[in-house]
Amino acid sequence: MRFLVSAIALAAMTATTSFGLNSAAAQNALVNVSYDPTRELYRDYADYFAKYWKDKTGKAVEITNSHGGSGAQVRSVIDGLPADVVTFPLEGDILAIEQKGLISAGWKDKFPDASSPYTSTIVFLVRKGNPKKIKDWDDLAKRGISVITPNPKTSGGARWNYLAAWAYELDRTGGDQKKAQDFVAAIYKNVPVLDTGARGSTNTFVQNKVGDVLIAWENEALLSLKEFGADYEIIVPSVSILAEVKVAIVDKNVDKKGTRELAKAFLDQLYSPEAQKIFARHFYRPGKPEHVDAADLKAFPNVKLVKIDDVFGGWAKAQPTHFDNGGIFDKIYSKD
Amino acid sequence: MAGIRLREASIIPGFRLTFGFTLLYLSLIVLIPIVGLYIKTFELDWDRFVRIVTGPRFMAALQLSFGASLFAALFNVVIGVMIAWVLVRYRFYGRRILDAIVDLPFALPTAVAGIALTALYVPAGWFGQLFSPLGITIAYTPVGIWIALVFIGLPFVVRTVQPVLEDFNREVEEAAATLGATRRTTILRVVLPPLIPAILTGFALAFARAVGEYGSVIFIAGNIPRQTEILPLLIVFRLEERDYAAAAAIAAVMLTLSFVILLLINLLQVWSYRRFGHG
Repeated sequence: MRFLVSAIALAAMTATTSFGLNSAAAQNALVNVSYDPTRELYRDYADYFAKYWKDKTGKAVEITNSHGGSGAQVRSVIDGLPADVVTFPLEGDILAIEQKGLISAGWKDKFPDASSPYTSTIVFLVRKGNPKKIKDWDDLAKRGISVITPNPKTSGGARWNYLAAWAYELDRTGGDQKKAQDFVAAIYKNVPVLDTGARGSTNTFVQNKVGDVLIAWENEALLSLKEFGADYEIIVPSVSILAEVKVAIVDKNVDKKGTRELAKAFLDQLYSPEAQKIFARHFYRPGKPEHVDAADLKAFPNVKLVKIDDVFGGWAKAQPTHFDNGGIFDKIYSKD
Repeated sequence: MAGIRLREASIIPGFRLTFGFTLLYLSLIVLIPIVGLYIKTFELDWDRFVRIVTGPRFMAALQLSFGASLFAALFNVVIGVMIAWVLVRYRFYGRRILDAIVDLPFALPTAVAGIALTALYVPAGWFGQLFSPLGITIAYTPVGIWIALVFIGLPFVVRTVQPVLEDFNREVEEAAATLGATRRTTILRVVLPPLIPAILTGFALAFARAVGEYGSVIFIAGNIPRQTEILPLLIVFRLEERDYAAAAAIAAVMLTLSFVILLLINLLQVWSYRRFGHG
């Protein structure tokens, strides 16, 4: 009955995505709108922050975390979800909100490390013993390999997967964009199902046992390993991408609600030693590893990480070029 | 349905009040959102609209969505009539439970249905295991989509045919038999004709529901462009890009097509009422 349990759990997740956030917009309530796999992370962090805030100001704070696919979450904020802070997997997500005037320009410079308190990267999850001998990105483009990755149209994580593969081939060929496109197309030829989100793909690979390799967030892969350790292995490719998670205050909303101070503290504390430890515990790469015990850092292998700003000219350019309607991802599927 | 006339209906009082309320309610709940959808579409210029709704990817998704829905509804007609027959005509232990089970696809959240069906039909799943040695893959193919649509559409046919069958006068069948009709003739010429309007209604409902279905299909569909990508997913993509006008355009085309098909079915129904009368 394992499938039924996971079915109900997943459906419950979908259902709770957009629950009402009607609690009185008091100055001691904070709404954090985030993406899908960070439920456990921000639950822990909210506990820590509530305690911190109580010690500091003597006031209780009520934190509501809202989770869901980042695309839908961005839309909710634009359409009026009263978010005080947003914590999203792509800079592009926050740029979209900035475009609508809810967040003021220059948000990236308001917090350390370009408003990126933790990062992650993209790795492979394969079945125990690595029966298909998958070592690096080029193995994913080979005939007969079945690759699981979500749809870049609907999933932020999937966009990182795609860009990481592109970056690998660029690196290998010394910058040949045409070859990179063919390479990425060859990988997507091996994809039998494009789930709409990262959790969906993990479910397809782990629960439904479809595919030889899952391209996944490092944190999702490590989590799967923790839960079903005996059945899987993580393969770290030679090149991957530095997935910079971005955080910002939603200026329009905090000014209206009078919660700027609280919102700022909430994001500031993400850089505290305690928060950095929480990130590592949830398998996200802490931005300030010096605060984290060496044992907890062992989970993160050294890998050559390229930055989207260096290779793709930043999100503002990568999004329209690759993922918007008529972009390269669509072109890959428009010829047989 | 011969022309629309606002006439003082029947001797039953309360016509004005109830009719007014009906009109207001239908406008608020159904009509205004749909009109809004069409108005949104007009934000596009004609060229862009045509490009959106004639592209190869759109056409492939259109064929898949309407084709799979059609086959699923047809299949449900056959199986649904049979199930209704069994539930109405036979008395057996557990009939009430079986009767209740028919409604489950209504009650189950569609995402749960989709995830459960997928888990069953992937090659490693309980049912998928039986098919994969034969080289047949069900999940992530159009067949998987069809199965999800059959699942959600079943109650519509059963629940529309069942009450008609219950009212059906059994003596007519007996009369047919005493008059020398064979079993086959009795079924084809006596039992089936009065059921046809109900069957058409069930078919139309199952079909309309299937065309717009998203939650349960999306997990089993595979979502590969031009192969297993359904039309509602294309709408979701446009929403993700916050291109609401393009999303509305796709929805408007879907809606118009569905409306035309439902209208045809309605006309067919009017014809069948005249031809076969009511059971």
